[in-house]
Amino acid sequence: MTDQMLAPAQTGTIENAIAFLKARFPDSVKDDARSGYSGVVVDKLRLVDVARTLRDELGFDYLSSATAVDYLGVSDHMEMVYHAYRTSGGPALVFKAQTERSNAEVPSLIDVWPGVDYQEREAWDLFGIRFAGHPNLKRILMWDGFEGHPMRKDWREAYYEEEHKPFDSRWPRGYARRAEELNVYGRNVRYPDDLDLGSLKSDSAEESLYTGMGLGIDVSAYETEGIKTDKLVVNLGPHHPSTHGVFRMVVTLDGETVLSLEPVMGYLHRNHEKIGERNAWLHNMPFTDRLDYISSMSNNLGYALAVEGLLASGARYVPPTYRAEAIRVLMVELTRIVNHFWAIGFLLNDLGAFFTPALYAIAEREKILDFFEATAGSRMMCNYMRFQGVAKDLPERIRSTANLLNDRVRDFNTMDYLTELITERLPRAIDDLDRYLTDSEIVRSRTIGVGYLPPEMAIAYSTAGPLLRASGIPYDVRRAEPYSIYPDLDFDVAVRYNGDIYDRYLIRLDEMRESVRILKQVLPRLEKSHGESIFSGNKAIYMPRVPVGEAYGRVENPKGELGYYVVSEGDPKGPQNPWRYHVRAPSFINLTALGAMCKGHKVADVVAILGSIDIVLGETDR
Amino acid sequence: MYGMGILKGLGVTIRHFFETYAEDIRYSGRRYFGAKSDFSERQGIDTRGVYTVQYPEEKIAVPERFRFVPFLVVNDADHPEAPGEDWCTSCGICSKVCPPQCIWIVRGEDPVTKRPIPQPEAFYIDTDICMNCGYCAEFCPFDAIKMDHDYELASYDRTTYHIHDKARLSKPFSYWMSIAPTTANEEARDRGSWEHTDVVKEKKKAGRSAIAYTPTEDPAEVLALLKANAPKPEPEPEPAAASSTSAAPAAEEASAPAAEAVDADKAARLAKREAALARKRAAKEQSGE
Repeated sequence: MTDQMLAPAQTGTIENAIAFLKARFPDSVKDDARSGYSGVVVDKLRLVDVARTLRDELGFDYLSSATAVDYLGVSDHMEMVYHAYRTSGGPALVFKAQTERSNAEVPSLIDVWPGVDYQEREAWDLFGIRFAGHPNLKRILMWDGFEGHPMRKDWREAYYEEEHKPFDSRWPRGYARRAEELNVYGRNVRYPDDLDLGSLKSDSAEESLYTGMGLGIDVSAYETEGIKTDKLVVNLGPHHPSTHGVFRMVVTLDGETVLSLEPVMGYLHRNHEKIGERNAWLHNMPFTDRLDYISSMSNNLGYALAVEGLLASGARYVPPTYRAEAIRVLMVELTRIVNHFWAIGFLLNDLGAFFTPALYAIAEREKILDFFEATAGSRMMCNYMRFQGVAKDLPERIRSTANLLNDRVRDFNTMDYLTELITERLPRAIDDLDRYLTDSEIVRSRTIGVGYLPPEMAIAYSTAGPLLRASGIPYDVRRAEPYSIYPDLDFDVAVRYNGDIYDRYLIRLDEMRESVRILKQVLPRLEKSHGESIFSGNKAIYMPRVPVGEAYGRVENPKGELGYYVVSEGDPKGPQNPWRYHVRAPSFINLTALGAMCKGHKVADVVAILGSIDIVLGETDR
Repeated sequence: MYGMGILKGLGVTIRHFFETYAEDIRYSGRRYFGAKSDFSERQGIDTRGVYTVQYPEEKIAVPERFRFVPFLVVNDADHPEAPGEDWCTSCGICSKVCPPQCIWIVRGEDPVTKRPIPQPEAFYIDTDICMNCGYCAEFCPFDAIKMDHDYELASYDRTTYHIHDKARLSKPFSYWMSIAPTTANEEARDRGSWEHTDVVKEKKKAGRSAIAYTPTEDPAEVLALLKANAPKPEPEPEPAAASSTSAAPAAEEASAPAAEAVDADKAARLAKREAALARKRAAKEQSGE
């Protein structure tokens, strides 16, 4: 946000903005009249103009999500769906551009919002929609020798069984067999007809990637400042401890200095969204755990909110009780602390302080995970939230019994445990980390001024979370578009202004302190709502009927804004599955800014800059 | 002064180092040589410093709600009325609610009439695919499938050992009580009895009262309750099918010849009604409500 005065058009409601658009583009902007849908449908020929008007005249400077939907069999077209927000807060303006399925093409918005770069590449990769004007439109999650566009409704995976779960073969005549008995390994991959497999086995396979960077793979000699140096292309990763997973950065170097950097991802791609569309609504909940596996509780919450957004338009919807919401916030804020402990610990690993800070940072995480385990049943794959509530109430006691398998026992009162954790242990650990690292001359000299991301660029690249807020943009979904009981809670949106690694480190400390502040307010709310129901739906319903429509549920995940775009085409008698299930992964979109941040820095700094974004590959690659 | 930040950080390091041993002194070695209960004291809410658990010699006890690959609850071997009886009625809800679809059930069938009977003929869980989400246990209306605590399932040959069949999956009710006493109590309270829902219903129909729920954490106590309430005059255990079923036309038919007093016409009508009810229920289950 800048301090300048805002034009009236930039502060009005969504309805005003839509009216403004319709007045400006009378023939090209129409209301999305489908039942359960919102926003406008834009003629694709005027898409770029509309987008520019939205950004420059109406103040929707932040494009949160851009994704595609294939309406095969419904209206037989493809659709790009965009969610634009104002960084001053408020709800989304949803606009869509439609295109026919064969030869699908939509103009690229990369000139308006550079943050759509990877999202458009993803839509091309998975849906086969071309983006006219995109400078580097190539596959991003799948590899070049992949046939087809897997998210299209008529594409079937190698181990295809049925269109939707539950599969008929499981009951009542379920004779177990393995998937590989049907489709033997080695015969489960199809290649495009024009692909020469032999060429992929040679080094020239990399050529397309490198030429995409305008370089070619030849090492060319050139002169800088009188010294003759070589331009060198180096692969950092995919198997490298600094990349936090299987992730590759192709770096062009002049000596030790980075000239350009391009992330290469998709090594952990499992087509999460396709699985999600085969799944029934409830089936997806444990799958969301596996996105950002450090913060499964928050992933659960985002998905629950998205589906609740759809359920709310149904007749028999009862919103979650206050206790359920309080428990959700408790879990989510504990998760934020866990995640930031990890992020700081690993940032220090990346700076070369090998594992002592990381181990100090995650010592208290152990206590939080013990609590998750006692409540949800699992330390990391919590699968705890449900539509309209949570799975189970907090246990009276955190208790382990001695039995045949375990000989050690524990038995704490849950509220005592939580109180000690929140009021004593966590603040102490955060202060400890602060004392340990913040003033350290080594940390300061390695991080201050490195990886600078200017505020206007942070917005343009659609970055989110600590990355955005460390660049001076106080944008936090918990305040910008509040959900759950956050409006009742007293906390500040942490913001730092220098936009370098050091500020991203500091902002995580700030956010942890704010989380502790929130948790301290949640504790009395838990005491007060004791005995209240934690689930307001019907416990026996395992295939909820989800009304037709679309919904975008977003939460402030520890790593940034996590959004779920879900579409229900629910035929009440047919299978109850999401028609579209899209994850707006903060790690994935935050990487768009990586190349720009690394330019001009040394190789060792690249590792630290990547660490300061705090990515998780489970979420990036989906 | 330059370097003060680093010195401050080193101070933190050395405190961590001493804290670890301070805890050892505080508990004067009981952590290593003492009674088992000291372990909880050592990792209490307010302890400081790190500790090491010497896995696999010692293990941290997992909390009650911990979930790993599911198992099937069956009656204990010394159950007075129906030893080893499955709690599962092969209704198929767990296999439908399973996100990765790793549960395979063959519904039981009466060999003569070919009608479904509420017992699984076969039950498989592919543990390679199971994602330990716990939905099956959460949505089972009969408390018949539960999440286990035994996480040591490693084996040398996945193709041989990783699809668990019914024999491998079945564990007695006393085991479930031993790993999760609180949850088992809550469930029994909700059922109103320590017995299976269907047994309760059937006893009610037969005019007998089921064993009411009394809170206890000891499986032996539950067994004693069952034994005390078992019908005395019967010299041998009833046939398995007759003791646990509700929606069982087959069971009705099996017991019909034995009960000579029952009018044949009435029995046929009853069976018809039961079958219709079962169909209705099945349709309801299928639609998920």
